[in-house]
Amino acid sequence: MSFDVPDDLRYRESHEWIDPETGRVGISEFAQDELGDVVFVELPSEGDAVAAGAEFGVVESIKAVSDLYAPVSGDVVAVNEELFDAPELVNDDPFGDGWMLELDVEEGDLDDLLSADEYRDQIA
Amino acid sequence: MTLRKPPLREVHAERDAKFTEFGGWDMPVEFDSIRAEHAAVRESAGVFDVSHMGEVEVAGPDATTLLDRLTTNDVTSLSPGDAQYAAITREDGVMLDDTVVYRLPDEERTGDDADGAVDADAGPVDADAGPVDADGDDAGERDSHETVPAYLFIPNAGHDAQMHERWVDHRDEWGLDCEVRNVTEDWAMFAVQGPDAPDLVADAVDDGGPDVRDLSRFSATFAPLAGADCWVARTGYTGEDGFEVLCPWTDAEAVWELFAADATPCGLGARDTLRIEEGFLLSGQDFDPEDEPRTPYEADIGFAVDLDAEFVGRDALAAQAEAGVEDTFVGIELLDRGVPRHGYDVTNEDGHVVGTVTSGTMSPSLDKPIALGYLPVDLTDPGTEVRVVVRGREKRAKVVAVPFE
Repeated sequence: MSFDVPDDLRYRESHEWIDPETGRVGISEFAQDELGDVVFVELPSEGDAVAAGAEFGVVESIKAVSDLYAPVSGDVVAVNEELFDAPELVNDDPFGDGWMLELDVEEGDLDDLLSADEYRDQIA
Repeated sequence: MTLRKPPLREVHAERDAKFTEFGGWDMPVEFDSIRAEHAAVRESAGVFDVSHMGEVEVAGPDATTLLDRLTTNDVTSLSPGDAQYAAITREDGVMLDDTVVYRLPDEERTGDDADGAVDADAGPVDADAGPVDADGDDAGERDSHETVPAYLFIPNAGHDAQMHERWVDHRDEWGLDCEVRNVTEDWAMFAVQGPDAPDLVADAVDDGGPDVRDLSRFSATFAPLAGADCWVARTGYTGEDGFEVLCPWTDAEAVWELFAADATPCGLGARDTLRIEEGFLLSGQDFDPEDEPRTPYEADIGFAVDLDAEFVGRDALAAQAEAGVEDTFVGIELLDRGVPRHGYDVTNEDGHVVGTVTSGTMSPSLDKPIALGYLPVDLTDPGTEVRVVVRGREKRAKVVAVPFE
């Protein structure tokens, strides 16, 4: 099975993506497929600070619990509260309506993340 | 450790199923979506490959006695074609396993067989065995032609070798005359469950076979499917109407395809959410002789215990029936957001740990978090408020009756 990996995003090995332009964060299509039906998402609140590589929340599918790791350090400037009532958006549209957070991003922080090609190689 | 593979492991892989280890077997956990598979069983029909379940066949003049002494229910009440749920307990009443016992058509013995010789090469039960003799459990005076009772019981995944050994050891210790055969890898097993299952299974039976819609709950018959002699039982573990079909391992793909064309292929993930909604036990998780030692009364399956029978563990259970249990198996519904999982603590309103979640999930049908576990009896009235500790945080919850609604 091949998965969508948008070229304009950067990725962590643990399958989170971040949009360098907007600071939006979510999990990849590959990750949501591995998890199966997502039934619960726990996210920080607006204004909280997250640290690169540290846990910022939890995503739970029917069969598994997975921690979420921040791609970069920054303050949370927005949270997708729709996921609290409709966690299945993570399955349905992981790069769109299934986004989780928006962070204020310092540009240099993105350098440690995978490019789309590097992430494709990882999940191949 | 090398995982045991069900006969259709590669067929499922071609359908892009995801797999998980269960009881030492490499089993499909999900074909497409657990939520969709769960819904198919509740609303139409789903088919599960449950070939990881064990099969042990017991046949011979003393087969009834052996099964009666090693299971908690009254095996003597079974006629050919009957099925019975039972527990398998050790001396202290703790459950080693739960099982369904099927009484098969009686077997006809001739010559050496009738003298009690064991046929080590015997394969799956002969569908043509007969004639049926409900009184066949009485060894009585034997001649060179006799009919003997035959049973098939279903240990949980990975327990077949242990149960086979237990049966053989006790047979020998008690000097009983019967064969005990582990036929787990002779039989594939599929569960076809859901409101559409009766018509679907009936249509799958070859021309000239019985109308399996006529089977009552917990009864079974041999029927030809895809040219194979299959044991078709109106049993299941989803709370829905349906059947469990045992077919010879070598015919598994042809029989599976009969169902998979019209029913949604389902994995063990949906089987788990379906059985949790019903409050059904999962061996090794909701009870386990090492990690969660529980008696049938604690596990709320006292209906499967017949204290008039003489079985291993009977005296301990009689004493518990008299004295009452300290803990019992209950349903718990989370009121706060979160998903209860196996191993999470349950606390009372004072924050003291009073129990443990043994199974939990987000209910696909009810769209709320539900759990099963053991609580002290004074906390088991429906409506009693408790807490479930989800990753270090206490979440409000309440005790509810099962099946969950």
